[in-house]
Amino acid sequence: MKVKGLAAMVFVLALVTAGCGNKETASGSSGSSNSGSGGKVIKIATQSPLSGGSSIQGEAIKLGAQMSMEDHKEEFAKLGYSLELVPYDDQGDAKKGVANAEQIGADQSIVGVIGHLNSGVTIPSSVVYEKYNIAMISPASTATEVTDRKLKVVNRVVARDDFQGPAAAEYAIKTLGAKNIFVIQDKTAYGQGLADAFRTAAEQAGATISGYEGITVGEKDFNGVLNIVQSKNPDFIFFGGMYAEGGLIVKQARDKGITAPVMGGDALDSSGMVDIAKDDIVGTLYSSVSTDITKTDPGKKWADQYEQKFGKKPEGYSAYAYDSMSVMLEAVKKSIEDNGGQLPAREKIRDAVRATKDFEGVATKVSFDDIGDNSYAKVFIYKFEAASYPGSMVSEVSK
Amino acid sequence: MISSILQTLPQVLIDGLALGAIYAVVALGYTMVYGILELINFAHGEIFMTGAFVGTTVLFMFQSFGWLGGLPAWFSYLLIILIAMMVTGSLGVGIERVAYRPLRKAPKLISLISAFGVSFVLQDVVRFIAQLKTGNYIVTSDSLFSGRMTLDTSAISSVFGNASIKANTIIILIVAVLLMAGLDIFVNRTKWGVAMRAVAQDRETASLMSINVNKIVVLTFFIGSALGGATGVLFAQQYGTIDPYIGFILGMKAFTAAVLGGIGNIRGAMFGGIVIGILEMFASSNLGILTHGSFGAEYKDVFAFMILIIVLIFKPEGLFGRAVKEKV
Repeated sequence: MKVKGLAAMVFVLALVTAGCGNKETASGSSGSSNSGSGGKVIKIATQSPLSGGSSIQGEAIKLGAQMSMEDHKEEFAKLGYSLELVPYDDQGDAKKGVANAEQIGADQSIVGVIGHLNSGVTIPSSVVYEKYNIAMISPASTATEVTDRKLKVVNRVVARDDFQGPAAAEYAIKTLGAKNIFVIQDKTAYGQGLADAFRTAAEQAGATISGYEGITVGEKDFNGVLNIVQSKNPDFIFFGGMYAEGGLIVKQARDKGITAPVMGGDALDSSGMVDIAKDDIVGTLYSSVSTDITKTDPGKKWADQYEQKFGKKPEGYSAYAYDSMSVMLEAVKKSIEDNGGQLPAREKIRDAVRATKDFEGVATKVSFDDIGDNSYAKVFIYKFEAASYPGSMVSEVSK
Repeated sequence: MISSILQTLPQVLIDGLALGAIYAVVALGYTMVYGILELINFAHGEIFMTGAFVGTTVLFMFQSFGWLGGLPAWFSYLLIILIAMMVTGSLGVGIERVAYRPLRKAPKLISLISAFGVSFVLQDVVRFIAQLKTGNYIVTSDSLFSGRMTLDTSAISSVFGNASIKANTIIILIVAVLLMAGLDIFVNRTKWGVAMRAVAQDRETASLMSINVNKIVVLTFFIGSALGGATGVLFAQQYGTIDPYIGFILGMKAFTAAVLGGIGNIRGAMFGGIVIGILEMFASSNLGILTHGSFGAEYKDVFAFMILIIVLIFKPEGLFGRAVKEKV
């Protein structure tokens, strides 16, 4: 009964606060909220696919956010607030994401969202967050359109797709000394965008693009394209596309006796690559927006804590979800302090999130620029040194 | 330009031949059913896909029982193909019984829609089963024959480059030729074949000649689907990776091959398959060169379907078919 009463009270408080969003209401409601023993509740939602094909990554986002929230519980208790995580399942589906976003918007006690995994869900859902002024931080969405729309609520801690291609080009040309590069792409928004970004950067860096060919998603026979590759005899192949085609291209290229290394984007960051190409995978490279957290000592310690807590190893995005939540809580805390100990309106929190500068996270440092991209976001280059996933991290490229 | 096309030509021909052989055997299934029932069995592409999955499953079972080491590779290959043929053959018969026979008297369009229904059901059933265990429906199988040899085609003339051929490609060609030759002999030389041709010509008259039409239809579906299933195994072995959606576009191209050769004509289907396969491979290897990069390899499919349209407009009976005369 007590909990119910408290919740109702918080609801009323939140309604009043959101309704006017001014100091006068804050002082008016302070009398009633003091009586709660556990303090006022601050809810933060996560949205990620908790069911379906990418539920492993989606759950990792939820757990990472949850871990950060639990780490900050005491801090907020001192301020007189209790934290609560509200996980939503967007099923990797834009329609479901938008429907959830409406629910989140309607719940006035939710002040922020951590999510989504898929850019395709982030883009329509963030329009709803913008309507309700709820700050959003994505630990995983990389499409340029996510932040290019310049919404006030949208932020992300990972790198953009148009940074990944050039980063891969830099590694291919400067580190591996590639001179004659063949580019293959799958004609999708992702694959072509990445391949184009790679091609432009590679040409600027002085490499020759000896061919630029397209393939069709779902095809199994890439011998035609590979015949062209063979006749051009490149010393490096870049592939913009998904792992199902990427794995087959690697395999069929090796079958033909093409030995040039193949490189792709974060869509090849999947154990599916190894399943398809088997031993032929060795030497294949991919860029990714997520770091190997176990490379540093504090990161290793964090990963051990994660494993101890949840009984499973962190996924690539776990640490980014952790950092996203930490950034969010930092901003909430700061705006409470600025507001004289009261929880301010969502607009204030939204602006406080965007104002984040030089935040030290577990996986990445965070500073949002004026459209919500992280200035410290990096791209990491991995290489399959054996037929096992994941590959080993061989380089990191910062802006 | 010409020199670079010639350079890759031997390799293009070999890759095209392997693909064409697959199209040809799948096209046989379309052509046989059409020849007998004048029904385009659009579920045939999915039967092919099911064959690929059945073959791969059997291969996995062999591996987990540890039989592969004990048996010679060609024998297990043969066994896998036979099992896949039996399963898809029965599947084809089942589909005929459930989805086509009740509609045999209905307008043609109804059975066509029914065929599409069956193909979607098959896609999703296979997808459901395939992802039961791992949540991933893209299945990768091991190749039984992984050898590769280089053909010294540059010795013929220096304008050609060397070509390489996989052991598996040779097996595809051999099996495809065996299947096609076997079918040709069956249809032209056996009593069952005569009955089949009789039903194809005139169902009613054939039934008056004490031919059990239903039996012949079932037999046709069994043979056509078994051939499709066998090709599925060949496909899975050649390309290594299969998913529940491989049947659709491949089925469409095989259907085009059947139309090109003259639908209902078995030798025409074989010819059409090989032509489409080589043409597609040639297009995907050389389109960029021929058009100076304005069209890339991704436009290769346009060719198969352009042929379909051209054939339908100018020679609807196909290259080998005879124009159907009004029955009097």
